[in-house]
Amino acid sequence: MLSRTEYLKLDKKIAPKSKEGQTLFLAFVVGGLICMIGQGVNDLFKLAIPSADEKLLGEITSTVMIFLGAALTGFGLYDRIGKFAGAGSIVPITGFANSVVSPAMEYRCEGVVFGVMCKMFVVAGPIIVSGVSSSIVVGLIYWIIGLLK
Amino acid sequence: MTGQTIFFKNKPRVIAGYSIVGPKEAAGPLDPYFHKRLRKDDFGQKSYEKAECKLHMSAISGAIIAAGLAPKDVDVNIGGDLLNQIITSSFSARELDIPFVGMYSACSTFGQALIVGAALIDGGYISRAACSTSSHFSTAERQYRYPLELGTQMTPTSQWTVTGAGCTLLGKEGGNVCVESATVGKVVDFGVSDANNMGAAMAPAAAKTVLQHLKDTGRDVSYYDYIVTGDLGVYGSRLFLELLQSDGVNAAEKHKDCGEMIFDKKQRCPQGGSGAGCSSVVFNSYFLHQMRAGSVKRLLLVPTGALLSKLSSLQGETIPGIANAVSFAVEDVC
Repeated sequence: MLSRTEYLKLDKKIAPKSKEGQTLFLAFVVGGLICMIGQGVNDLFKLAIPSADEKLLGEITSTVMIFLGAALTGFGLYDRIGKFAGAGSIVPITGFANSVVSPAMEYRCEGVVFGVMCKMFVVAGPIIVSGVSSSIVVGLIYWIIGLLK
Repeated sequence: MTGQTIFFKNKPRVIAGYSIVGPKEAAGPLDPYFHKRLRKDDFGQKSYEKAECKLHMSAISGAIIAAGLAPKDVDVNIGGDLLNQIITSSFSARELDIPFVGMYSACSTFGQALIVGAALIDGGYISRAACSTSSHFSTAERQYRYPLELGTQMTPTSQWTVTGAGCTLLGKEGGNVCVESATVGKVVDFGVSDANNMGAAMAPAAAKTVLQHLKDTGRDVSYYDYIVTGDLGVYGSRLFLELLQSDGVNAAEKHKDCGEMIFDKKQRCPQGGSGAGCSSVVFNSYFLHQMRAGSVKRLLLVPTGALLSKLSSLQGETIPGIANAVSFAVEDVC
């Protein structure tokens, strides 16, 4: 029989691979579409509240997009979009909402505290930790540069 | 025992088989052979774990009823599943008034249960054993992978866990199909570490068990009408045949894989089905039907299992595989 190394070599050689072209294209189209919707929401609010500045508009847009991501997850639609779009629906902020809402839904059988609350950040947790840690590092660099000036 | 193979002197019989599957499996090509199909995979239960438990219980009682027996006529239920602490099997045994032996060897549990059941009967210790296994897509996903509603994609080598349960009722007598011999597999690890490529992790174990079985019995592949692996999937089957080929055994003509058979290509399960229920629903429906009808006379069933846990994968361990082979024959060639 084939040896371990020969077998692993064979597996590497003949294993079915992702269709990169198709995956990238779909991710680009759907991801782009989600961003276009976000831009549309932003423009609508700009029309509705002429006095709002860019920062406020950005915050409102994020809130709306997070709501949409969470609602689509609740209706059982976001995972279907994800199967089709891959990274295209994971990377935008709607994907982040999906990653928080889906475990909350999944673990509701285990109760509110030990199910929903404990498991809610099971997927998004690492993103939050790495986000907070990297902002501390960047903050420190800013501070040091400020001292040198 | 010769090598790793047990020859059953008294040839325990397959009295009855029963299979129950979820809606996706019922939409597949084997639909006409299943005994019961669910319209919704929650089976009217509050959680998927409860649904799987009800599936498991229904398979056992289905087999007992099909044989025209009552639970008191069964000496032992030998059952297993994929959930932590095999709660499905033990919780379903809680409802049934049958002595229980719990089993685990991942998706090859069905083979293990059949071997233990047949050995107990052959030794004259018991007269009937209900060998059952189950799996459920939604309980396996949450235990091994991600929440159901998370928008992820399946990798090209991954398989879809079968929602279903099967039970084979073995006994001293009854029926025209017998268990003739069985080969207990060794745990084999060829260093595959991708938990989404379980076909590749299990193929070496399956190949080794089949080669050992042929060696111990002095048989050729042509002796069997079919050599049926559990859930290697399309790609795993290819590797399995390559491994046998490298040892000079050509089994391509005789080989079938339950995981490959249960779903259609259109059903979007990259490499087919998997799970402890996969081999048991396919054997108890399609193959048992074929054997009873006499169109298949000799069959080697080789359920395959990947012995990983979520913890072992995260700690960077490679995936050990196991495969147990059980040889069935119809009466006139027993």
